[in-house]
Amino acid sequence: MPVFGVPVKRVEDRRLLVGDGEYVDDVRQAGALHVAVVRSVYAHARIGEVRTAAAAAMPGVVAVETARSLGPLNGPFPHPTWFPPAKALQDIIHPKLRPEVIRLLADDKVRYVGEPVAIVVATDPYLADDAARAVEVDYETLPVVVDPERAAEPGSPLLNDDWGDNLAAHFVVDKGDVEAAFERADRIVRQRIHLPRSTPTPIENRGVVAVPDRRSGGVTVWSASQQPHWLRDGLERVLGIPGDLIRVVAPDVGGGFGIKSMVYPEELIVPTVALRLDRTIRWTDTRSENFVAATHARDQIHDLEIALRADGTILGLRDRYFVDAGASNVECLVCPYNTAAHLPGAYRIPAMRLECLTVLTNKTPNAAARGAGRPEAVFAMEGILDAAADALELDRVELRRRNTLRADEMPYDQGIPYRDGVPEILDGGDYTACLDDAIAALDLGALRRPYEEGARPGRLFGVGAASYIEGTGVGPYESALIRIQPSGRVIVTVGPPSQGQSHETTFAQICAEELGVRLEDVRIVQGDTLALPWGGGTIASRTAVVVGNAIAAASRGLREKVLRAAADLLEVAPGDVRIEDGRVSVVGSPSVGMPLGQLAARVAPGIGRLNEAIGPGLDEYDGFQPPTVTYANGVHACAVEVDVETGSVEILKYVVVHDCGRLINPMVVEGQIMGGVTQGLGMALFEELVYDDDGQLLNGSLMDYGIPRATDMPPIEVHHRETPSDRNPLGIKGVGEAGAIPVPAAVISAVGAALRTVGAELRTVPVTPARVLDALDAASARTQPVEARA
Amino acid sequence: MYPSAFEYLAVRSFDEAIEALGRFGAGAKVLAGGASLIPLMKLRLAEPSHLVDINRIPDASYVRDADGGLVLGPLLREADLEASPLVRERFPILLDTTRVIADPIVRNMGTVVGNLAHGDPANDHPAAMLALGAELILAGPTGRRSVAVDDFFVGLFETALAADEVVVELRIPAPSRRSGGAYVKFERQVGDFGMAGAAVVVSLDEASCVAEARIALTNAGPTPIRATAAEALLAGRSVDDDLVRATGEAARQDIEPWADLRGGSEFKRRLAGVAVERALRTAVARARGGSDG
Amino acid sequence: MAEVTIRVEVNGRDHEAVVEPRLLLVHFLRDVLGLTGTHIGCDTTSCGTCTITLDGRAVKSCTMFAVQVDGRSIRTIEGLATDGRLHPLQEAFHEEHGLQCGFCTPGMIMAALPFVESNAEPNDDEIRTAISGNLCRCTGYANIVRSISRAASTMHGPSYAGPTASALEPSARD
Repeated sequence: MPVFGVPVKRVEDRRLLVGDGEYVDDVRQAGALHVAVVRSVYAHARIGEVRTAAAAAMPGVVAVETARSLGPLNGPFPHPTWFPPAKALQDIIHPKLRPEVIRLLADDKVRYVGEPVAIVVATDPYLADDAARAVEVDYETLPVVVDPERAAEPGSPLLNDDWGDNLAAHFVVDKGDVEAAFERADRIVRQRIHLPRSTPTPIENRGVVAVPDRRSGGVTVWSASQQPHWLRDGLERVLGIPGDLIRVVAPDVGGGFGIKSMVYPEELIVPTVALRLDRTIRWTDTRSENFVAATHARDQIHDLEIALRADGTILGLRDRYFVDAGASNVECLVCPYNTAAHLPGAYRIPAMRLECLTVLTNKTPNAAARGAGRPEAVFAMEGILDAAADALELDRVELRRRNTLRADEMPYDQGIPYRDGVPEILDGGDYTACLDDAIAALDLGALRRPYEEGARPGRLFGVGAASYIEGTGVGPYESALIRIQPSGRVIVTVGPPSQGQSHETTFAQICAEELGVRLEDVRIVQGDTLALPWGGGTIASRTAVVVGNAIAAASRGLREKVLRAAADLLEVAPGDVRIEDGRVSVVGSPSVGMPLGQLAARVAPGIGRLNEAIGPGLDEYDGFQPPTVTYANGVHACAVEVDVETGSVEILKYVVVHDCGRLINPMVVEGQIMGGVTQGLGMALFEELVYDDDGQLLNGSLMDYGIPRATDMPPIEVHHRETPSDRNPLGIKGVGEAGAIPVPAAVISAVGAALRTVGAELRTVPVTPARVLDALDAASARTQPVEARA
Repeated sequence: MYPSAFEYLAVRSFDEAIEALGRFGAGAKVLAGGASLIPLMKLRLAEPSHLVDINRIPDASYVRDADGGLVLGPLLREADLEASPLVRERFPILLDTTRVIADPIVRNMGTVVGNLAHGDPANDHPAAMLALGAELILAGPTGRRSVAVDDFFVGLFETALAADEVVVELRIPAPSRRSGGAYVKFERQVGDFGMAGAAVVVSLDEASCVAEARIALTNAGPTPIRATAAEALLAGRSVDDDLVRATGEAARQDIEPWADLRGGSEFKRRLAGVAVERALRTAVARARGGSDG
Repeated sequence: MAEVTIRVEVNGRDHEAVVEPRLLLVHFLRDVLGLTGTHIGCDTTSCGTCTITLDGRAVKSCTMFAVQVDGRSIRTIEGLATDGRLHPLQEAFHEEHGLQCGFCTPGMIMAALPFVESNAEPNDDEIRTAISGNLCRCTGYANIVRSISRAASTMHGPSYAGPTASALEPSARD
């Protein structure tokens, strides 16, 4: 029975539903000590003395560590997630890059509020917290810089004195003759656009448990991580012991959305101190800590210029943008270059010049989060299109239609390299149909009627749409090890862990389909460096494509082995054997055969006979390397109502039309999209991390930083289109991030359109009531004489 | 986050609570629903030396009719207020109010009296009770006293309640025959602090003119406050669109809300005016429809 | 600080423990009783991840002290399935894909439990309000709303004979 493409229910649900999920904080180890982290209360300060004696003398305290007490164990070490981009890309854009380091604890100075300065290890988390408050740190405060543009100016306070400036990365991407395009233009439109800082806020915070392994001298580490293998590699360097003695496990992880793809100081210090004390140690992040110490997202400022013909045709685009990396550019060019690569999006732009300045400021490090530079790119591009439509007095949606790539233009070379250095050639999809379908699905006639008929006084109506492309399934490559057990169970072992993406179901569907076994007999093992020492992490909408195709490759290889082994035993030709529902049999004689488990036993070491032709057991290890990314795409459209008295915005209807190639499991895909849209709505409506000039985060709690609740959700419709990818055998494209990417752009376009009906202008998010009323006020100030306002 | 250590005493009577508060001194706190206190303790913004848990005092979570008015027990949970048929039928303003407090799970623990006693100008019951003209019965070492809600809120997080006193009852007077009330709050989301809120209670005379109006505002300054100028504007007049707008305008002139991340002072002043307008419209409609308070 | 002895019934089983007054109920459940199905997601009573029922009412166990539950009856996510059979709410979350990472799920289900027990045909708005104190970052809530709606139909349907409130009765204790 086919299982690929079928909305089968999830395999992983049961344990999670009955309370038997095991998240890091649920990992129980006898005698574990608890860590409390003493964090910087200043955004920029030199550290003087750190007085720990009082804390060390408090009840239950086992150790207090500082950078000084750790000595050389503290680092600095090369940052484990700062990877320079592909050489092929560097050869084209010649970026200026500043390598980053990581310290377990701040040594000479602190660079952001929340940076770890000391830790207390105690027998109980309450006692650890008590003692952490007794650690006294002498700070000599330094001038603070929170504005990236100021940080880029000469004379700014410096995050790293030895750099001489705060520029963490700089590059320029060129396509065509942009100067000529602007000279030729009928109209040039300029717009500054800022997508503010937010945080992905998985409901599970971070956490680490480390258990020294006395037998090997190594350590077992559980971490709420999207990247256990990168953490293992980081620990290898920090601990100075061979990586094979370090087992990193990502158990059930309660959402990641990017912030668990970093390697954090806490993940390094807990194992370090566990080995130093030879004790089991655990640390559980609190939400307050997560707000200041887990990486943030977005925070880009774009100055865009677009050259247009009078009919709205785009001739050229210039963009100079700042990425506010916070205190450390922990992922090098991931977000900065993703933004460049995705700026042209679904549009036909003959000439471009994109310049990126990635700058350090005294704020929490800013890095990849669901979309990773793409929501920023779409927000900037769609924002300049809104401004262009307004300037040309064209309908905002119509301007997009005129510039959207058509299906007959595919594959289309965007003329710039992707992040892997491979030319950005869009590999298919009907982008204009997505736009038309999305607008049609809104059913605008019905939605608009009450406003046209005057039935909604004091309320404005607006429509917006935004499109996106997303390079998904980035390499380098992934592998899968598949073993058929004598029990008949099929064990598929892969590297990257799941944080809710339903790997245990979708990966099992791929294996079951390709191998010819029953879904319920397939078990997925993931996120454990001991089980499979390789893996690139669950990031970048890549696992379905890269791991999924690795499973397909290994399944197909194993299928061949099964057929040969069965043919040998059944004394028929391999072509005369079939596998179905976990059973091998002779074609035409279904009763002649055996269950796969029995076959596995016949060739298993220690039980059966070595088949020289297929090697020991029914195992296969294979990998998949994508040629480059494969581009998913889609359009989001929405209609909104704005209350002019209160500034509140209601989304009347939200439509998603998306194309992520062949669907492994439509139910799971839709779930991913819905979740992504919801995160995007958070950015659009509520979420903005606000810092004051001293670098203090002003809304670092879920009381002050609101994320969408069940009562905040508009009606959402999701429509699938399936254009198979020709860049992988399964024809699939990634979908994990897509839902979040165009949402802020679609919402601001609609809200902006509504406000424009009364001459008001709004081009940033979140569209808070205060912002909306300010925009309305500014408009009435322009249109009314001063006396009338007084 | 982990609260600091404290001594705990679960009392069985208000007398026992008062005695304990006197004995433990200024560091002691009363624990009722805990909806405000416990989060503050987890963040160590509050570090009481003692908690006097009054949740085990029997017969203290009632809501009863008293000659057309209401008496509410000090342990009445928000969820029980919401579920009360008495409230649902006769005091829709209280239903308006309780439904916008925190979230439904918090409302299973949080108490109406606690919402008042915390002295937070962002809380919702203060405005509603000001509009309803409620009084609080306080008990202390020297006996009981009654405090009109108008006199209860003294400053930011500061009430007329002494450190060794507890609130033992909340009384809401019987509304006049043709009166109606409503509470309107603007909040970004469920559970967020309100940006502005207004409670309005109006009584109409035979000619459908306003005999009496009480208007109170949430989050408009350091304490919950009455909008007296707006009230005065309504007296003796028939409520039409112009009067509604003028009332909102008068209310907004009176106040100086604090700017925060939800918006500036002027923004909140405006929203307060809109809240007054919308609450007034509903209150008048309810009064005309014959519903009480 | 003086420790306090408490007796509490959790999922039909009696427990006695000596606790520090400041021990939060959620830590008591997780660290003393080992019931790690109840999770912690914030410090400010905002997320609802720690929701349990106390004498049949949903409460956030991060905003109570363990000493407060002396003599009372608690139900956690671990107490829902009986004899290996999922509770209709759990079944419905599975059928409607009402969970992804699963971290908020126990709190979400415990918040929904008293609500579905007392609402036979809740509409979507009522369901959304009922879970508005519980945050989910994965699903977008639509499937959670469907799950709760489905569970309500099952539990109030003619063929449902499973335990609802009866699991809290002394006779159902093991």
